[in-house]
Amino acid sequence: MARNEWPLFEVFIRPKNGLSHKHAGSLHAADARMALENARDVYARRGEGVSLWVVPSAAITASEPADKETFFDPADDKVYRHPTFYDIPPEVKNI
Amino acid sequence: MYTQGLDVGSDSDRTTAPTGPEERFQARVDAEEKIEPRDWMPDGYRRTLIRQISQHAHSEIVGMLPEGNWITRAPTLRRKVALLAKVQDEGGHGLYLYSAAETLGASRGDLVADLLNGKAKYSSIFNYPTLTWADIGAIGWLVDGAAIMNQVPLCRCSYGPYARAMVRICREESFHQRQGYEIMLALSRGSDAQKRMAQDALDRWWWPSLMMFGPSDGQSAHSAQSMRWKIKRFSNDELRQRFVDATVPQAEFLGLTVPDPDLAFDEATGHYRFGAIDWSEFERVLKGDGPCNRERLEARRKAWDDGAWVREAALAHAKKKDARAQAAAA
Ligand SMILES: [Fe+2]
Ligand SMILES: [Fe+2]
Ligand SMILES: [Fe+2]
Repeated sequence: MARNEWPLFEVFIRPKNGLSHKHAGSLHAADARMALENARDVYARRGEGVSLWVVPSAAITASEPADKETFFDPADDKVYRHPTFYDIPPEVKNI
Repeated sequence: MYTQGLDVGSDSDRTTAPTGPEERFQARVDAEEKIEPRDWMPDGYRRTLIRQISQHAHSEIVGMLPEGNWITRAPTLRRKVALLAKVQDEGGHGLYLYSAAETLGASRGDLVADLLNGKAKYSSIFNYPTLTWADIGAIGWLVDGAAIMNQVPLCRCSYGPYARAMVRICREESFHQRQGYEIMLALSRGSDAQKRMAQDALDRWWWPSLMMFGPSDGQSAHSAQSMRWKIKRFSNDELRQRFVDATVPQAEFLGLTVPDPDLAFDEATGHYRFGAIDWSEFERVLKGDGPCNRERLEARRKAWDDGAWVREAALAHAKKKDARAQAAAA
């Protein structure tokens, strides 16, 4: 903020009723209210959504791209978390 | 189901005479629109949802106990990792649901306190003991089977955060029932002693599983309003019937006998007719006098108390790191 820059906000849009918000992009704004209005004008000009969230980018803690492998690989060798791992004869229905 | 306590609740959810917002709300619900946390909603709708979602959450958490009982004694490594993964999922389900309840303004601390002090209800099914390994098979097959039957329609619940949590849960549930049935299949194709063990588990879990759907429609205190609000899509009896219809052929495939002398397939309706449920047992277990109610609550209280220092230490550590970062920045 050395040059008096406006802070960055991440923009999330609920594309339609019933769905959860999805990340759409980001923008700079002086405060949250301005971020919301600008997000509407930038990201929702053509009926892209029914609800908007703006979150200060600085408030987001993200996983490290470089650690992707080690961070997620604990799930890779756990095939037994998936239904297809279990042998159910095809005659058995509704399961 | 996991929220049977609602059906026998005593406090009333009478809503005030229809006014403007109330009618608009109902119109949105009727149009199959989802209600979101910041939307206007009747107090009764909010209260009912907080109660239902938190009872559901408590059930997932308490439900970890009967199965957790067998993790160290699973017969093979394959069974052990499957059971661990399942119990881990149930803990996650509790979390998704508590979070959904919090979107309605409930505090997590209050919800947990209500469970620990015995004020809140959870599904009666988890107050039965797991006496043999076959019980782990029977729970996955019957209890998760009944839960899925109930939870699939909840994916279309009118409250958005609950519906979306249920979508996630249902996706994860799909392996729970299969791992249970696989256990039952192995036992019923095994030695005579193993077959007897499988039959014994079915004998003990069948009726409590049917009770999971809650009282009959006529006796159910909140059913009609919940249906109007589209929190609930099908009546307790409808869901119970679907469960029986789906499950009896699965028992037959195992070569096991459903412990109900009145069970018969009705050609005319295409459904199984089944015997009368002992609702006095249900009431007893739900009110606290089941075989394991005290043990379950004690286990939860102990877990909460034993975890107190961990919660405190994590907070103290976070504060210390914060203070250090601020000092460095200054
Ligand atoms: Fe469950
Ligand atoms: Fe679950
Ligand atoms: Fe489950």
